Amino acid sequence: MTIASAFLDSFPFMSQHIGLLLHQTVNHLELSGAAIGIACVIAMPLGLLLGHWHRGGFLVINLANVGRALPTLAVIALLLVVVGIGFTNIVIALVVLAIPPILTHTYVGIDRADRDAVEAARGMGMRELAILLRVELPLALPLVFAGLRTSAVFVISTAPLAALAGGEGLGVIIVNEPSYRLSGIIAATYWVAALAVLAELGAALLQRTLTPAPLRRQHTREQTRPDDASDVALAVMRGAAP
Amino acid sequence: MTNPHISHSAAEIVFDRATKRYPGRPQAAVSELSLTIPAGEICVLVGPSGGGKTTAMKMVNRLISISEGDITIDGTSVRSLDLTELRRGIGYVIQQVGLFPHMSVGANVATVPKLLGWKKSRIRDRVVELLELVGLTADDADRYPTQLSGGQRQRVGLARALAADPPLMLMDEPFGAIDPITRSRLQDEFLRLHREVGKTVIFVTHDIDEAIKMGSRIAILAEGGVLAQYDTPEQILAHPASDFVERFVGADRGLKRLALRRAGDVELAAVPAGSFAGPRCTTTTTLRDALSLMLTDGAREALVLDEFELPLGVLTLDCVSGLLRAEVAA
Repeated sequence: MTIASAFLDSFPFMSQHIGLLLHQTVNHLELSGAAIGIACVIAMPLGLLLGHWHRGGFLVINLANVGRALPTLAVIALLLVVVGIGFTNIVIALVVLAIPPILTHTYVGIDRADRDAVEAARGMGMRELAILLRVELPLALPLVFAGLRTSAVFVISTAPLAALAGGEGLGVIIVNEPSYRLSGIIAATYWVAALAVLAELGAALLQRTLTPAPLRRQHTREQTRPDDASDVALAVMRGAAP
Repeated sequence: MTNPHISHSAAEIVFDRATKRYPGRPQAAVSELSLTIPAGEICVLVGPSGGGKTTAMKMVNRLISISEGDITIDGTSVRSLDLTELRRGIGYVIQQVGLFPHMSVGANVATVPKLLGWKKSRIRDRVVELLELVGLTADDADRYPTQLSGGQRQRVGLARALAADPPLMLMDEPFGAIDPITRSRLQDEFLRLHREVGKTVIFVTHDIDEAIKMGSRIAILAEGGVLAQYDTPEQILAHPASDFVERFVGADRGLKRLALRRAGDVELAAVPAGSFAGPRCTTTTTLRDALSLMLTDGAREALVLDEFELPLGVLTLDCVSGLLRAEVAA
């Protein structure tokens, strides 16, 4: 069987094994959803608070760097000793992967929210929590979502590793060449890529819905994407400087 | 102010040896500042940068804490009040305006009334009333700050600060970032507005001309937040208390004093019979501008016209110069 025919055969594979693919897609999304959800619960409040206090930039950057430098596979291996194989292991490994983008983007978004608006809010007698939730957070939403989108793509495309640690998901097909052949592996890989793109689009849609109307036009296109990485990098460097 | 209906909404502010020190810095940012601002007056804090004028102002709403001494509003120490309660009772306007970009103009103006828990209908009426007061329209309530010009934004900032009818307003270089023509118009409008609403205002600027124009009293702060002089603009220009003040107000302080007086305020000479060749001005022309007209024309007199463009009298160069000398001697 040539590589080319394997690519072509992947489409019949999809129609023949649609039940399997859908079943593992549900598992895949369950796993990814749990990881992203837990990462949000940990990283967002932390990013919100540190950003509001304009403190801890150093901590945020280093956490982010460690997270980026640590291969998920290595995390899974390390966790084998602690939690063994299975769902818990892989969820923790994916949470470690998902936290850095959410944390840095949330932190930077809040830290750099219009300082004048924040000062005016404080001067008018808004309480700190109201300043955070009603002024800083709405202004930071585009960046917060950019972080969430990046995390979602990372997690969904990394989740196939679960199969190596006794988890479920589309990875189960990818690592089982004897049963599903190369065409099956390629089909599952396409499927993962498609899920990642859909998650990205879904998050973008959610972002559009939740972003306050006047901030939409200027942010969705220009700010959250191309400048994003450099913006975050700049802010992070500034935050890290003594 | 004199209107009995609004006199309740202005407060007397007293700085009592108010001092701000930052740890690790030998010199205080504000040193034992003591001054009394009578209710309803505009007190301008002016001085070179490093003079602590913004620091002094922010100590009033405790955006900056007071190290020593005290500040009272109608006899109540700002230190004894709950922080949010204190701030909600003080209008606050800053140079960059600081409008909330994600909220409509109406929602921006409604900020403090909402915090105070006003009813929706009352807030809506108040927003319209305020927008009209600052020269905008009710339709502007639905627009967003990014759709407004710099001048319009500052009007919204002003409306937002006035929303809950606070007896005191703090204004930190409110017109500093606006082009000169719009600035001058906003200054005039604010003075008109102030005559209507009669708040006590603490106004920070680094521009002595703005201080002279806006202030009913001026506090000049020198390096380290030391009060160099606190008096009416006329008195400061006529009798600077020190070399520092004299340098700060500038060598043209005589001309600046003339800018405070209008041709209609002085005693004019009789209109001569026959035709008048010299320049013409109106009762609202400042003496400074009238002088400029005379010097430009090489004339020693200018004809002052009333609102119907009828000759009222003649302003002479001797009269102007006599006025300046008499005030200094007094």
